[in-house]
Amino acid sequence: MSEPPRRLVVGVGNPDRGDDGVGRLVARLLRGRLPADVRIEEQAGGAAELVDLLQQADCVILVDAAVSGAPPGTIRRLDCRAGDVVPESGGASSHGFGVAQAVALAAALSCMPRVCVAYVIEGGSFAVGGAMSGEVVSAAQEAARLIVTELTAA
Amino acid sequence: MTRKTIKVDVLARVEGEGGLRLVIDGNTLREAELKIFEPPRFFEAFLRGRNYTEVPDITARICGICPVAYQMSAVHAMEDALGITVSHPIRELRRLLYCGEWVESHVLHMYMLHAPDFLGYEGAVEMAKDYPDIVQTGLRIKKAGNAILKLLGGREIHPINVRVGGFYRVPTKRELAPLREELQRALEMSLNAVRLIAGFEFPDCTRDYEMVSLGKAGEYPFNAGRVVSSKGVDITPQEYDAHFEEYHVEHSNALHSRRVGAGSYLTGPIARYSLNSALLSPLAKQAAREAGLEATCNNPFRSIVVRAVEVIFAFEEALRVIDAYEPPDRPFEDVALRAGTGYACTEAPRGMLYHRYSIAEDGAILDAKIVPPTSQNLPSIEDDLRTFAPAWLQQDTNRLRHLCEQTIRNHDPCISCSVHFLKLDIVRV
Repeated sequence: MSEPPRRLVVGVGNPDRGDDGVGRLVARLLRGRLPADVRIEEQAGGAAELVDLLQQADCVILVDAAVSGAPPGTIRRLDCRAGDVVPESGGASSHGFGVAQAVALAAALSCMPRVCVAYVIEGGSFAVGGAMSGEVVSAAQEAARLIVTELTAA
Repeated sequence: MTRKTIKVDVLARVEGEGGLRLVIDGNTLREAELKIFEPPRFFEAFLRGRNYTEVPDITARICGICPVAYQMSAVHAMEDALGITVSHPIRELRRLLYCGEWVESHVLHMYMLHAPDFLGYEGAVEMAKDYPDIVQTGLRIKKAGNAILKLLGGREIHPINVRVGGFYRVPTKRELAPLREELQRALEMSLNAVRLIAGFEFPDCTRDYEMVSLGKAGEYPFNAGRVVSSKGVDITPQEYDAHFEEYHVEHSNALHSRRVGAGSYLTGPIARYSLNSALLSPLAKQAAREAGLEATCNNPFRSIVVRAVEVIFAFEEALRVIDAYEPPDRPFEDVALRAGTGYACTEAPRGMLYHRYSIAEDGAILDAKIVPPTSQNLPSIEDDLRTFAPAWLQQDTNRLRHLCEQTIRNHDPCISCSVHFLKLDIVRV
């Protein structure tokens, strides 16, 4: 008998840099709301650690802040297996080596999970010590609802 | 005479936002400036009025790569101000924690950021397609460093278990034991890796640096020692301000540093190695010899080899600490508050990190000074460019740009720390 599929949600970001913490807020909002087989992790945004996590599950949902010029709070669902490109995050990565590079690195190493989705939430303010903006907090709640629906229906 | 301007928006594989401006007049390099755009973060200012107990965790937020260094310099400076001497097991656990950070930081830089320069790739992602084993090896070795931080620091990034006087909680012997097997495996992988890295092709570029690091502590330095240099400095951290000064340059939001009456100097792996190589652990010494390193190294392009050797040292040292560990009677020393000023230098992965704090009788911070290694190295990195780049001016622009970026990456600058940095702008006149 084969092992059940392993599912993982990873909230990425730095809670000390305003909207950059939104991925981790979503992870916290998801606690207690997901099927029992889904593990929830919070991660500071280092690509090496993210590649390691991507190798630990068959289905991974990454949640991170993004800076693309869209209005703050804009939520996008990206299918990394289908080649959707994850935009640069707000500032949590080390040496510019964050979620986008982790996904690309996992693809280059042929270790992408069978399902790899990224929810990216546009941030507006990434000041050190700053508070998360209201529209990004609201977007976190909506992203959590979307992820619950996606993982419950699967 | 033709004037040529080449602008590159982002210099990759360094931490933070900054740029490089080169002005080339015919066959002469007129200017080489590291422009630091990342806004200043005023950490020293907002530490004022905070309680001394908060400082290790606040300053750890300055950098996601070297939080341990900030915590270590902070607690040692506070302990200097408050007259606290920590017990031998606490001192040993601090060395173990620093081993974890050196592994995390060095391995990230060697495998993901610097190796692509030597193997001819834009970055780690492109390199991974042809050299997946190298990248996977780097990821596995780094994970062992993470394991140290997680166990001892409470988590892999921004550890939370360090306090003035010791740790909030110290591990039992039984808790440390499982680390041993993972560290031993990573040490063996690291020994193979140094052979691979030693085989890279290194430009023949050397400079007569004034190398500065901790030293004369009877051990390869992490937390203790005198501040020594290859040109005669031999002082205590308490004397740092009399011998080294920060100054502002217009093109940088990060302060630069110089030795008073002398000029630029270099801190970091090749300085630390050159001043302390005799103190390396046995396998690290052997690996250095086999990799072709002499007792000193003044070719910054070979810093990747020195980092590989220091990773071996970090694993051997971590294993030594674990094998000899006896838990302390108390996880931390009690603190008797008093007004005073404390000073400390410790060895962050990319160089010496100086902290100075003045504390009021109630423990409030009156004044803070933090001099990160990248601030100390910025003038020296510019001097590297001024020294090495003239020989590359006839190269095509892409090659010139790559060599200049590599020259900067040799020192693994951390702009986020230094402002408390890169975009490239080449002007050919």
